[in-house]
Amino acid sequence: MNDQASQPFSRTHCEKPKDCARTARSARRLLGYVFLLAALTFLSGVQPAAIGAASAQPASAPLAGADLAPALALLGTDSYGDTDAALGRLAVSTNTRAADIVEAIRDGRLLFDPQSKAVFLRMPDGAVTDAATGAAVGAPPAGLRPVRVNNRVRRAIDAAAGALALLSPDNQKRLAAAAAVFKSRDVSALPILDAALAKEGDPKVKTALEQARAAIIVASQSVSEPERVSAARLIAARGDQDALAILSSLPPNSPDAVKAAAADGIEAINRSLAMWAVAQNVWYGLSLGSVLLLAAIGLAITFGVMGVINMAHGEMVMLGAYTTYVVQEIIRTSAPFLFGWSLAIALPLAFLFTAIVGIIIERTVIRFLYGRPLETLLATWGISLILQQAVRSVFGPTNKEVGAPSWMSGAFDIGQMSITYNRLWIIVFSLLVFFALLLVLKRTALGLYVRAVTQNRRMAGAMGIRTGRIDALTFGLGSGIAGIAGVALSQIDNVSPNLGQGYIIDSFMVVVFGGVGNLWGTLVAAFGLGVANKLLEPFAGAVLGKILILVLIILFIQKRPRGLFALKGRAVEA
Amino acid sequence: MLELLGRAAKGLGVLAATAALAGTIGTASAQETIKVGILHSLSGTMAISETTLKNVMLMLIEEQNKKGGLLGKKLEAVVVDPASNWPLFAEKARELITKDKVAAVFGCWTSVSRKSVLPVFKELNSILFYPVQYEGEESERNVFYTGAAPNQQAIPAVDYLAKEEKVERWVLAGTDYVYPRTTNKILEAYLKYKGVKPEDIMINYTPFGQSDWQTIVADIKKFGSAGKKTAVVSTINGDANVPFYKELANQGIKATDIPVVAFSVGEEELAGMDTKPLVGHLAAWNYFESIKTPENDAFIKQWQAFMKNPKAVTNDPMEAHYIGFNMWVQAVTKAGTTDPDKVIATLPGTKQPNLTGGVSEMLANHHITKPVYIGEIEENGQFDVVWKTENLIPGEAWSKQLEGSKDLVADWVQLNCGNYDSVKKTCLGSVTK
Amino acid sequence: MRGLGIIDRKGAVFLAIVLGAAVLVPASNLGLAETNPLHVSDYLVPLLGKYVCYALLAVAVDLVWGYCGVLSLGHGAFFALGGYAMGMYLMRQIGPRGVYGNPVLPDFMVFLNYKELPWFWWGFDVFPFALLMVFLVPGALAFLFGWFAFRSRVTGVYLSIITQAMTFALMLAFFRNDMGFGGNNGLTDFKDILGFSISADGTRTALFAASALALAGGYLVCRALVTSKYGKVLVAVRDAESRTRFLGYRVENYKLLCWVVSAMLAGLAGALYVPQVGIINPGEFAPANSIEMVIWVAVGGRGTLVGAALGALIVNAGKTWFTGMLPEAWLFALGALFVLVTLFLPRGVLGLWASLTEGRRKTTAPAPPAMPAAKPAE
Repeated sequence: MNDQASQPFSRTHCEKPKDCARTARSARRLLGYVFLLAALTFLSGVQPAAIGAASAQPASAPLAGADLAPALALLGTDSYGDTDAALGRLAVSTNTRAADIVEAIRDGRLLFDPQSKAVFLRMPDGAVTDAATGAAVGAPPAGLRPVRVNNRVRRAIDAAAGALALLSPDNQKRLAAAAAVFKSRDVSALPILDAALAKEGDPKVKTALEQARAAIIVASQSVSEPERVSAARLIAARGDQDALAILSSLPPNSPDAVKAAAADGIEAINRSLAMWAVAQNVWYGLSLGSVLLLAAIGLAITFGVMGVINMAHGEMVMLGAYTTYVVQEIIRTSAPFLFGWSLAIALPLAFLFTAIVGIIIERTVIRFLYGRPLETLLATWGISLILQQAVRSVFGPTNKEVGAPSWMSGAFDIGQMSITYNRLWIIVFSLLVFFALLLVLKRTALGLYVRAVTQNRRMAGAMGIRTGRIDALTFGLGSGIAGIAGVALSQIDNVSPNLGQGYIIDSFMVVVFGGVGNLWGTLVAAFGLGVANKLLEPFAGAVLGKILILVLIILFIQKRPRGLFALKGRAVEA
Repeated sequence: MLELLGRAAKGLGVLAATAALAGTIGTASAQETIKVGILHSLSGTMAISETTLKNVMLMLIEEQNKKGGLLGKKLEAVVVDPASNWPLFAEKARELITKDKVAAVFGCWTSVSRKSVLPVFKELNSILFYPVQYEGEESERNVFYTGAAPNQQAIPAVDYLAKEEKVERWVLAGTDYVYPRTTNKILEAYLKYKGVKPEDIMINYTPFGQSDWQTIVADIKKFGSAGKKTAVVSTINGDANVPFYKELANQGIKATDIPVVAFSVGEEELAGMDTKPLVGHLAAWNYFESIKTPENDAFIKQWQAFMKNPKAVTNDPMEAHYIGFNMWVQAVTKAGTTDPDKVIATLPGTKQPNLTGGVSEMLANHHITKPVYIGEIEENGQFDVVWKTENLIPGEAWSKQLEGSKDLVADWVQLNCGNYDSVKKTCLGSVTK
Repeated sequence: MRGLGIIDRKGAVFLAIVLGAAVLVPASNLGLAETNPLHVSDYLVPLLGKYVCYALLAVAVDLVWGYCGVLSLGHGAFFALGGYAMGMYLMRQIGPRGVYGNPVLPDFMVFLNYKELPWFWWGFDVFPFALLMVFLVPGALAFLFGWFAFRSRVTGVYLSIITQAMTFALMLAFFRNDMGFGGNNGLTDFKDILGFSISADGTRTALFAASALALAGGYLVCRALVTSKYGKVLVAVRDAESRTRFLGYRVENYKLLCWVVSAMLAGLAGALYVPQVGIINPGEFAPANSIEMVIWVAVGGRGTLVGAALGALIVNAGKTWFTGMLPEAWLFALGALFVLVTLFLPRGVLGLWASLTEGRRKTTAPAPPAMPAAKPAE
């Protein structure tokens, strides 16, 4: 597994919306090294704690001593509560080893001896050292167990690492640290926060630090009322969910002025969030639409253009997804550095593989059935059963893991709207496929032949077009496109033998709703149904929303019995 | 007219021959084996979960035969495929019992499949071992429930979150069918009893196979940003889990922000997911593969050898079958016969060491005692046990939290009744019109 | 003699077999010793009953597809609605014998905290009312759906897909626990029907006989329809809808009648199916089920009615046999069956039979009218 793939998710997600949009990529790369750099910072002679102490507010708690012993003693007890407490001490420790220890806990490298309660640190290279001193231990005692981590401890780790990185020379790291503190709202980080604020030069980081500080003091009893009111205003200015969370969770005994400021903020945030929610739903709808488009677009060829009621279409999508799985498995075992490219490699392979399967199906079965489309339903249904069972026999019935390359993980924000990368790429990809297909059908010789054969087979044959070949190629094209849809869908859905079954009905709805034989109709229908579905969902719920959409389709077909973009002319009645 | 009659006679002959042929199929096997029916879907939507259970049963039967079989006879597995089709479950159950004359059936996963076969087992008086966690509210004479009842999974999980993670706000998300509905009802009642305000509970149901979770995950995110620690209790079923977790990961909901505790996600489900973004999310089960005991190590080794796959994982329903099968073997040995009435009478009280170091006991209500473990998902697709009950918890057939069932008691030993009303002092449903 | 005129040679054989089975299967099951090779076992009776219900359903599908050219991919909806109507009656018959002992509410309502019976459950404790609903509910839905669709001249694959949308929407709706039909678990654990225990051998055989009679009756109704003058117009609609319309026929009315009759027959099949399999659940609405029904008809031979029934029997008996014998590979066998039938038996099994006998009888009897080549979906 390469380093891109093994990045824990926590590092690929942005918690600070506004800055993320711009800095998501670089931040992602850099965040991975936060802790390493933190350690270097301390070792390079900067004495952050000293600076912190010098500029700290007199009211704040005194910093803990350099002695790690109390924290380490807590770490040796193998209790989550004690580990949590130990991390609280480490966060404010001036000892240069604190960051190392925090990092080791997170990575499961901090060991303890259940007998003596002594704590050891295993270096990434495997050498075991004494946690307190860093001295190598020649013969570590047998039966060492890692200090265990649960969610509570993980939260404490994030908070501690954030606090420790607040004075890092690196802008991005300070930004991330400020976000971590904003989230943990750990009162004990206040002195360091103040120290960091005092020397902060970068305006963006400064804002983040101020917000983090505001998040702490707005709920603090020991801070003056005007200061808390301005903190509340500062948070309200963020205008996002996190701000809402902080403002709505003030302690009940807060002064009225603070409560009033918070209430104003909450109201303003709710107003703007409601507007953003509509945009967000439209985005979800587009995203759902792109999935529908991808699923349906191959069918728009095999069914829409060729008239084959292709019940095996879903299985082509499934085969594409399994191709992705196989490609990733090979990459994982033999060429892990290629993982980021796995989808790009899988695309042509999936296209080729499913296209070949499609051509085989066409040549062996479907070509005997032209002019009898309903019988293609029967035959392709049989084929779909065979393909499903074949995949089940080869790969087993369980879901297969298809990983997401790092560029498809995570999210960024536009305003208060969250956009996930995988959905964004799928929308882009679906449109690319659509226009590429349009181009093939409208601008190439193959496309011309395809249209000629499907419009009038005998005439086309008389003109010298080898209709059999064109049929095979067209079916192969449709199947191949279903295959590359499978590559994309493997990113958001199960890769199991049942994958295709979940999309076949929706695909037919989309093609028919848009008008059989019209690619633009398929496009509009996919996005139209997607957006309508997502706009209905918040009011009607997922189930009723879907039922309403189906009823709408039925009613719409009454109004336009040949779909959105009906073909006209004699061909329609044929 | 004569011709018509002649044709009719011919037709009848064909019919009789067909019927006779159908009758003889499958009755050719020798009599010196004891047959065990395996009723798990091998195709259709549930194949994904149930195929493993068929395999584990084959392994257990093979193992038992190596030990010399049962009552001096070899065991013979009869596998059928009910194809995730509920009426077909009933039909196949009838086939197993009447045609194959199996001594007991191990099978079913979904509640509806169990409900579908129930009348068949009652009518033909056979034995079903049901290995999956379920909604409770049932205790039948012919069924032995080796999976968890709600009090053996859901309630301890909620207790853990409230205590260890200080959760105050709850999202109860489930697929819209009877198990999530009942579990959520029980949890809702329990949480309210514990002082959680109604506005701090959000209940959401989605259809089977839900694949687009964008809106719902966004709603959860919003619900979770009200300033109180929030957790999701997920009874989302089957295939819908993968897209759900993928969406959680993509929208950046980490376990440290909003933990999700699931009752239907085990090692097998995780094997089909990229678990890195899921680290820290929880599951509550009565068994985890990662639990280190000699029994469990042996079981895992045996399983991986049987599947010829060193990566094959074990999960909770597999352990349930392990316990159930061994209890059945014990009971048959003790009764000296496979006669269902005798075996049913012998089973309660049977003790069987489970794979996690305890000894499970079949109770008079046909449920078993089980330990409860809470595990956090690790990067390697396993669970790290972060909490467990001190003792084994006895399964409750009837939930104390539900209005309709709080007075009901199941006891097949003393009362010989699965739904005894302890207030009215009657066995409900036994009255004839 | 008009009465017999509707029965052709095939039909006579078919009716003889069905009616014979209605008598002989119960007689054999109840009268013969279990060791007798002609004994129909207790396991086989409900199984055969299920096949017969499916056969009736297939006849209903064939009526609209084979004679009216409407390819319905949603007939499962009518079947399931008929089944639910019967299921509701059977649930009410449980009375106080449910696990919670509530004399009125079915178990699932007790546990979903219903305080009283929802209005749409009223009356279902009375058998005649339930029986009426078995016909009325699918019939009304078919009328509503057909009235709009045929008037709007929705045809071919568009019609097929919206029938699929209909059954899909109904499936999602019935899966909802809030609907009051038991959600995914559906209706099950029936006790008795018309006062007879549902698991008694006598009831089982009676249900089988009733199903066989219903199949025979359904067949006769369909034959009467398609051999009448009305039927001729129906075939004209199938083969050239526009021309028929231009000749002055109200095409939509012809289609509508056929559609509603077919839906009612499907409902009846569902109603007889439920007590024999013991459960009705929203899975019956699944679009895949409806597609399969069409496949039975195609396997047997479209546009022959008898073929439809035969196809239902072949496919389902094959399924029963394969799922028991080849649990790991039965889908291969079933899939291959569908492909091979399409490729080599374009007129279905009955078509094969016809072409085999055709040559032999060419000199003595007029060849049966060749089945019109299956029409494209337009």
